[in-house]
Amino acid sequence: MKKYFFPADSKKRKTGIRLAGIALTALLLVSAFAWSAGLIGQRNTTRTFLENTPDSFPAGYRRAHGKGICFEGTFHASGNAVPLSIAQVFGQKDVPAVGRFSLGTGNPHAPDNSSRTVSMALMLTSADGEQWRMKLNNKPFFGTRDAVGFLKQIEAFKPDPTTGKPNPEKVAAFLKEYPEAKKSMEYDAKAPWTKSFAGSEYYVINAFLLIDSNGKEHPVRWSMRPQAPFVSMSAEERKKAGPNYLFDELKKRLEKAPLYWDLVLTIAEPGDPVNDPSQQWPANRKQIIAGTLEVNRVFDQAEGGCRDINFDPTLVPKGIALSDDPVLAARAGIYSHSYNDRVREIGYGKATDAVGKPKKDNSQNK
Amino acid sequence: MPPSSFNITARILHWLMAAMILTMLFVGVGMMTSLTLRPWLLDLHIPLGVAVLLLVIVRLINRLTRPVPKLPGEMPGWQKYMATILHWVFYALMFALPLSGWAQLSAGGFPVRLYPGFHLPAILEQNPTSYALLHDSHRIMAWAFFFMIVGHLSAALIHGFIYRDNILQSMIGQKKLTDKSEEICSDQ
Repeated sequence: MKKYFFPADSKKRKTGIRLAGIALTALLLVSAFAWSAGLIGQRNTTRTFLENTPDSFPAGYRRAHGKGICFEGTFHASGNAVPLSIAQVFGQKDVPAVGRFSLGTGNPHAPDNSSRTVSMALMLTSADGEQWRMKLNNKPFFGTRDAVGFLKQIEAFKPDPTTGKPNPEKVAAFLKEYPEAKKSMEYDAKAPWTKSFAGSEYYVINAFLLIDSNGKEHPVRWSMRPQAPFVSMSAEERKKAGPNYLFDELKKRLEKAPLYWDLVLTIAEPGDPVNDPSQQWPANRKQIIAGTLEVNRVFDQAEGGCRDINFDPTLVPKGIALSDDPVLAARAGIYSHSYNDRVREIGYGKATDAVGKPKKDNSQNK
Repeated sequence: MPPSSFNITARILHWLMAAMILTMLFVGVGMMTSLTLRPWLLDLHIPLGVAVLLLVIVRLINRLTRPVPKLPGEMPGWQKYMATILHWVFYALMFALPLSGWAQLSAGGFPVRLYPGFHLPAILEQNPTSYALLHDSHRIMAWAFFFMIVGHLSAALIHGFIYRDNILQSMIGQKKLTDKSEEICSDQ
């Protein structure tokens, strides 16, 4: 029994060194784990991207693009993409689709004239059970070549507390590091605003690889191109419009008839940037219409459906693979945090209007 | 008489699963933070988790049906008690972590993909409350498991290098001191 209280080794120094070695091993393991979990060190993690979410954020809503509406429909494959990919979705006549139209503003109660960005999220489930999730924006490219650039852009354009305007030195430093962001800023200043979800084209932004039956990879990007015409909206019209003009217009349209979008695949040529979402490919690249999405019905996200789906664009079926686009990989982790946060709020009963309950029940929604 | 070390199946499974589980824990926290590796880490996490679940079934059967070494008689009672409890908590966690991960993916409506084109069926209906509970328990259990493993490792090293009893040796395998002489004898 004695040796469990007093080391058998009479040479105390030796025992001390051994104990220190064991403690160091444990400490190294714990430190490595804490670093991996993002608890120590200065590295940017996917959590960093959600740090700007205010604490008062209404429970149960998405952390970005909070205002949205669910839709149901069917994807009708044309068969044209079958030679490029073994994904069953490209050969199946009727693929059930569930998705979401949303506004680019974070605040789920913002008026529709608060953002030019509108989005379509979509999940197609083919008969073999494979899911294809995607999240598409009406802006055809991303502002920066990587995800950290997005954080740096927000940081650089934060209003200076003394002047109330962004600090020009910080903006210049950002643009020097991320010159591609100029193109994006020009786009944001000039691009027309849409009058309707129905007439907007939605772009995937990131590149993916289609895998054919020989295992050959074809880098592609795609978009949902509307069959309805695009109609722009002037600043004056937007000022006068009601707070939900986009959503109201969509509902009205779908009461009359379904809406259609063509799934247009753009095939890269050698040398086209596959790992940089800020660079568009030349306009003359070969395009294939892989099928048509028919949207039949929209319903409130408080009812469920799209509300409880994480439209993580990295969840692709067999026959489609991820490119090494760094923004694509970053989105997976960021979406996961947003999803976990809001599903936790819904699951633990903290959400109110997000799940159709009266708002006043929740002290967090003051 | 109880053996002086764990049988070869137990030892192989112990060290193999130790490597797998430690990898899983790092992959798990890594995929919740990494800006670049999440898709790749997730594709590793799911099949590796299923492998742990299958192996722990074999391990439990081996544990229950084969004799195991006794803890040293001179070890204090409370240490024996703690060691026995921790032993079974480890078994419970080796089942609970893969199962809660599988259930969590099911409750969130996610594919449980082992490799492209092959996934396991959902074991739960999609439901936000189940997802939230499972996601939180999966995370809490993983952190608890990690600290218990660090404790387990430190204790094993203390037994092996400070107390110099048979505990660490029983999982490494006994050195047969007679081996060499036997070889010499058989050569003659």
